[in-house]
Amino acid sequence: MSTMEGYNFAYLDEATKRMIRRAILKAVAIPGHQIPFGAREMPLPYGWGTGGIQVTASILGPQDTLKVIDQGSDDTTNAISIRRFFRRVAGVATTEHTAEASIIQTRHRIPERPLREDQIIVYQVPQPEPLFRLEPRRAETKRLHALADYGLMHVRLYEDIARLGHIAKAYDYPVMVNGRYLMSPSPIPAFDNPKMDRMPALQLFGAGREKRIYAIPPYTEVRSLDFEDHPFRPIRAPHACALCRSTDTYLDEVITDDAGGRIFVCSDTDFCAERQAAAAPKEAAE
Amino acid sequence: MSAPLLAAEGLTLRFGAIPALLDVAIDIAEGEVVAIVGESGSGKTTLLRVLSGMIAPDAGTVRWLGQDVHAMGEAARRRLMRTEWGFVHQNPRDGLRLAVSAGGNVGERLMAVGARHYGKIRAEALSWLARVEIDAARIDDLPRTFSGGMQQRLQIARTLVTRPRLVFMDEPTGGLDVSVQARLLDLIRSLSRELGLAVLIVTHDIAAARLLADRILVMRRGRVVEQGLTDRVLDDPQHPYTQLLVSSVLAA
Amino acid sequence: MMPALRTEGLAKAFTLHLQGGTHIPVLEGVDLAVHPGECVALWGPSGAGKSTLMRCLYGNYGAGAGRILLRHRGADLDLVTADPRLVIEARRETIGYVSQFLRVIPRVATRDIVAEPMIARGVPKDDALASATALLNRLNLPERLHGLPPATFSGGEQQRVNLARGFAPGYPVLLLDEPTASLDAANRAIVISLINEAKAQGAAIVGIFHDAEVREAVADRLFDVLPIQDAA
Repeated sequence: MSTMEGYNFAYLDEATKRMIRRAILKAVAIPGHQIPFGAREMPLPYGWGTGGIQVTASILGPQDTLKVIDQGSDDTTNAISIRRFFRRVAGVATTEHTAEASIIQTRHRIPERPLREDQIIVYQVPQPEPLFRLEPRRAETKRLHALADYGLMHVRLYEDIARLGHIAKAYDYPVMVNGRYLMSPSPIPAFDNPKMDRMPALQLFGAGREKRIYAIPPYTEVRSLDFEDHPFRPIRAPHACALCRSTDTYLDEVITDDAGGRIFVCSDTDFCAERQAAAAPKEAAE
Repeated sequence: MSAPLLAAEGLTLRFGAIPALLDVAIDIAEGEVVAIVGESGSGKTTLLRVLSGMIAPDAGTVRWLGQDVHAMGEAARRRLMRTEWGFVHQNPRDGLRLAVSAGGNVGERLMAVGARHYGKIRAEALSWLARVEIDAARIDDLPRTFSGGMQQRLQIARTLVTRPRLVFMDEPTGGLDVSVQARLLDLIRSLSRELGLAVLIVTHDIAAARLLADRILVMRRGRVVEQGLTDRVLDDPQHPYTQLLVSSVLAA
Repeated sequence: MMPALRTEGLAKAFTLHLQGGTHIPVLEGVDLAVHPGECVALWGPSGAGKSTLMRCLYGNYGAGAGRILLRHRGADLDLVTADPRLVIEARRETIGYVSQFLRVIPRVATRDIVAEPMIARGVPKDDALASATALLNRLNLPERLHGLPPATFSGGEQQRVNLARGFAPGYPVLLLDEPTASLDAANRAIVISLINEAKAQGAAIVGIFHDAEVREAVADRLFDVLPIQDAA
C-alpha cells in the first residue's frame, strides 16, 4: 500500500516528533518517571491509544515492522485500525508475528514470546499515575514521587488483604522501577508483570489524554509491590488453552453459546496460532 | 540536664502588618511535656506550625538535634515527620485517611518507613488500637464510622506507632465532649510517660495544661509573656495577662 | 551536718494586676534551716503565710527575693532560680509535698496514683504497686478502693491517698501541709508513726500541724511565721 499524500511520514510533523523523542529520552534516562509532553490531537478519540500512537509515530522508521495488539489479539477493531493507520501514513511493513516485529504497540498485554533487544514495545496508557485513586491532588502525587514516599500504595494493598484476604488488583498492578519510581504498568494483567522485569526490549509508555510518557530501559529491574507474607502472585485462569493446550499462558474466557458453554483460549492469538501450527504436523502424522 | 531535642530562638513571623510571632524562643527536652497556652489569635498554633517546619519564619531558627529545620530539604523534613516526629491535629479528619480502615491508618506510617510484613503490621495495629482503647473488632472499619473521641484516639495511635521522640499536638481535645476530653488527656499523659515522649501541646484549656505539662508558655499577641514550671505559672502568675487567664478559668 | 533545706532572706509578695496592681507582701527575710532527721513545725496565726512558705519551699510559688537551697544530688540547688527541668528532677528525687487536697487525676486508679512517683524514681512497677498496696492498707484504706480512681472518695480517704503518695517514695525532704486535717484519731496515730519513721530514716520534714497532739508528737522545734505588720 502506498503512503497517503499530504501527510508527513507517520502523520506527526517532524517538530512534534522531536519534542516527543526528547520526552522519550528523558523518560529512558529516569526509568519509571512520568515525563509531561505536548500531546497532539490525533485522528482517533482519547482512549483508543492516542498516547501509544504518538510514541510509535515518533520512533517509527521506514525499515520498521509494526505489530499492534489489543488484549493480546491482532485482529480486534482497535488493533486493525492502528495498524492500518500506520500503513497508510508511514507505509511501513506490518506483521501479526511477534518474532518479526521491530515495534509492538500494545493495549493490555505483553506478548507471550519473550521480546529481544532489537525490539521496542509501546504501551497505551489510560492513567499513568499509580497513586491516582489514593491521592487526588496532582501536585501532591508529584511530591510523593519526588520523595519516594510510597507508604500510601502499600496502604491500598493492606486494605485489600484486610478486606478480601488477598491483594485484589488483577491488572494495572503497581510496580517499582529500578528501586526508585512507583509506576503503573498500564492495564496489563498482573500475570504479565514478571515479563517486564529485566526485559531485553525497550519499554515505552504513552498516555495521550494525560499527556505523559514514561519508559523502562532494557534489563531494568521491575518489582511488583507486595508483602513478605503475601507475596505477589501472577494469576491466570487454571485451565489449558482449548486450542493449543498451553498451560502457562494468559487465557481469555470465551462464551460459546447461549447455554453457558465457555472455553478458555490464549489471549495472545499469534502465540496460540504458532503453537497450533507446530503441533499440527505431529497430529497429522499420527 | 540533657541537651534539648528541639530548640528555637528569635522566631518572628508577620502576616502582612499583623505580627503572629515576635522574638519567640522555646526549647523542649527528651520526655518533656510543654504546653503553649493563650487565647485564640495569640499565635500559639502559628508557633507550632513554625516549629514543626510547616511554615518558615521571617526571622529566627528552629533546630532539631542541632540541625536547622527550615534549612533541611523537604524530603528530610518529611522523613522526620514520619519517623522521629508526630503531629496530632485538632480535627482528626486532618490527620486521618477517612477512606482507609482503622488498621490501615495505623499501619501507614509503618509501611512508609519500610514495613513489608502484613501480619506484623496488623499485629502492631491491633496492639495500638488496644492501647488507645479501641475495640479490636473495629480494625477494618472506616474512621468515619467512629465517634469524635475515637477518631482522635485513632489519630494518636497512627502518630505514635513509629515511636516518635517528639509529638506536636494542636488542641487535641478541641472539639470533644468534656467526658471524652478527660479520657483523652489521661491517655496522652500515660502514653507520654510510658514512651518517654516529648510533647509540645497547644491548648487554650488551662486544666488540660496543668494535668499534662511539665512546663508552660503563655502567649499573647505573638509574644511569650510568661513561662516556667506549670504549677508555678498557674498558681503564682506574674504577668497581668496570665493572672487574667488563670482567674478566668471556671473552677469545676 | 548540712541542712537538707534552708532559706536565706526569703521574701514573697503578690502583685494583683487585676486589682489595680495591689501589692501584698507575705514573707520577708525568712531564714529557715531543716536538717536530716529533723521535723520543724511552722507556727503562727492563720493568714501569716505558713502555706505560702510551704509552697515556696516546693517551688510552687516563685520567690521575690532570697534563696531556697535544697540538697539535691549532693549539691545545693536554688529553687528560686533553678531551671524548671531541674525543679522537676528535684521533685522526683528529693523533695515531696503532701497538700491538704488531692489534685485528682481522672480515671487513674488509686494504687497507680500512689505507685507513680516510685515508678518515676526507677522502682520496678510490681514492687511499686506492692508497696503502694501495703501503705494504703496501713492507712486503713479498704482494699476494694485501691483499684478505683479517688475522685469520688470522701475527704478523709482522699487525704490518706495523698499521704500514701507522699510517704511511699521516701523523699529526703518532705513538706506536710496539715496532713491530718480530715483524719480520725486512729489514722492520726498512723500518720504520727509514719512521720517518726521518716525522721528516723533521715528525712528532713517541714510541716503545718494545727492539731496540737500531732504537732507535739512529731515536731522537734517550732519555726515562727509572723504576719508582716507594715503591709503597704
